[in-house]
Amino acid sequence: MTMALGTTRQERVRRRALSDRAFAWILIAPAILFIAVIVAWPLVETIRLSFTNASLAGEEYVGFANYEKLFQGGKFGEIILRTFVWMFFSVSLKLVLGLIGASLLMAVVPGQALFRILIMPPWVIPIAMGCLGWLWLFNGDFGIISGVAQKIGITDGPFAFLAYKTSAFWSAIVTDAWVGTPMVTLFFLAAMQGVPRDLYEAAWVDGASRWYRFRRITIPQIMPVIVSMALMSAIWTFNSFEIIWILTQGGPRGGTTTMIIDTYKVAIANLQFGEGAARAVIIVIMLALFSLLYLWVLGRVNRKYGVK
Amino acid sequence: MMDRYTLLQKIGIYFGIAVFLTFILLPFFEMFMTSLKPLNHILRAPYQFWSDDFSFDAYTRMWERVPLLGRYIWNSIFIATTVTIIAMIVIVPAAYAYARLDFPFKTQSLGLFLSVNMFAGAVLLIPLYKLMRTLGLLNTYWAMIIPGVAFLIPTGIWLLRGYLEKIPKEMEEAAYMDGASRLYTLRRVILPLAGPGLVVVATTVFITAYAQQYLFAVTFNSNGNLHPLPVGLLQFIGYQNVEWNMMMAAALTGITPVLLVFLFLQRYLVAGLTAGAVKE
Repeated sequence: MTMALGTTRQERVRRRALSDRAFAWILIAPAILFIAVIVAWPLVETIRLSFTNASLAGEEYVGFANYEKLFQGGKFGEIILRTFVWMFFSVSLKLVLGLIGASLLMAVVPGQALFRILIMPPWVIPIAMGCLGWLWLFNGDFGIISGVAQKIGITDGPFAFLAYKTSAFWSAIVTDAWVGTPMVTLFFLAAMQGVPRDLYEAAWVDGASRWYRFRRITIPQIMPVIVSMALMSAIWTFNSFEIIWILTQGGPRGGTTTMIIDTYKVAIANLQFGEGAARAVIIVIMLALFSLLYLWVLGRVNRKYGVK
Repeated sequence: MMDRYTLLQKIGIYFGIAVFLTFILLPFFEMFMTSLKPLNHILRAPYQFWSDDFSFDAYTRMWERVPLLGRYIWNSIFIATTVTIIAMIVIVPAAYAYARLDFPFKTQSLGLFLSVNMFAGAVLLIPLYKLMRTLGLLNTYWAMIIPGVAFLIPTGIWLLRGYLEKIPKEMEEAAYMDGASRLYTLRRVILPLAGPGLVVVATTVFITAYAQQYLFAVTFNSNGNLHPLPVGLLQFIGYQNVEWNMMMAAALTGITPVLLVFLFLQRYLVAGLTAGAVKE
């Protein structure tokens, strides 16, 4: 009798464990299906296409020809370099602005709650619409920046920011930073709120200045969040398409053409699927390396700063 | 006491916040000012901050100039809403499985899901374009909805899982004891308790879906009736001239719905999104 009962319970446990497994896979199946069709298959297909000369006319296997063509001449190297410069400055700007913004919003002053809401609009609205505003701001004849610059005498006449290679490049960086800053600020703010207050109080009792407290308590305490935001926004910035496309379409004279823009131009605008796919594959490889770097760095930082 | 500032510090803080907010809100200010200017005035140099002929004319005339404007705004809301509904139907069960059940390859498969986050749609456009063409979905709403859903699933699962994990296991066990089935428990016990989490995840999905309609629309859709607002706005660029004032008025009108959604839910949203940033 007891033995029989034991078996049934064991059996029941086993059966539940089995159906646990099956139930879990049933629950995840739709998600897997979506990712398989929209992300995984296209990824494999992109790799395959990169070895063909696919276009609207048809496709033929061409081996590594697309890749060889890509690395002949310095143009692609230039685009890679530009992408990294763009990423470096845009991410740095976001982090610096995010740190400054979060510190200001931590200050206990009247209006704090309102200010915290007012920083969010760039994140909430469609990116394309924010870019429209910047498109106008950067305009030489009727943009406010050029207008103010003329009024106070920095420039003699109108200055069209998007008309010259260098200024267009920096304008795109400012716009990208503008889109990304609210999110970064928000995460830094949350992290700062999580720093134990007694740390500050102890330092304050010891007479530590605000700057000292910021440098020696805030920064180390939120370091894991800083690192993780840096790497995450590096990936987003690398992938950023709309901002540059709307502002300059990669121009003037290629001055703002990053790897993503270049890929889009070749694949979609010129319909050279094969050559575009080769560019996409290189982007994917770089993103994969980033992600590995991200996990490795994050693991080290978390160990160093004592967060699990 | 520690939080007391001298007058000078206070001035410094407010000045800093003012500069920061100016940077954040400047494009909106510029869009608003432009929307008020008559067209012949906009293109007049040098820059003028204010003049007597500013008016809200553009806000009424834009509906005549681009008769489909209302349709574009509706398309944007419709696409974002459909994306949200489909995404939630996929996200909720998967998040529950990752929060509660034990199964082989659990960690690995979650990692794979999250690695989707490193791709943007732009990299996979070529095969996606072919896929949409093969399925006959080009120039339909689905071409803008389906890819949108896929890229939102991983983050959604991740966010919601965090909420579900916080619901006490005892609640479920009690339901099982009473003989409730798994699905019944999920529907009647877990979901009601996960209410705030569901709101956060759904709102995040909606805002992201609303914000990122440009790429897929511009690539997969050439049917003018189906354009979401960011693409439809380009209609204000006419053959003769660009009606900037109306374009800006239309843009501001179009972002009002999301701003309102955000305003109502911002408290939950901010707390929910950043929950991962703060370790308890």
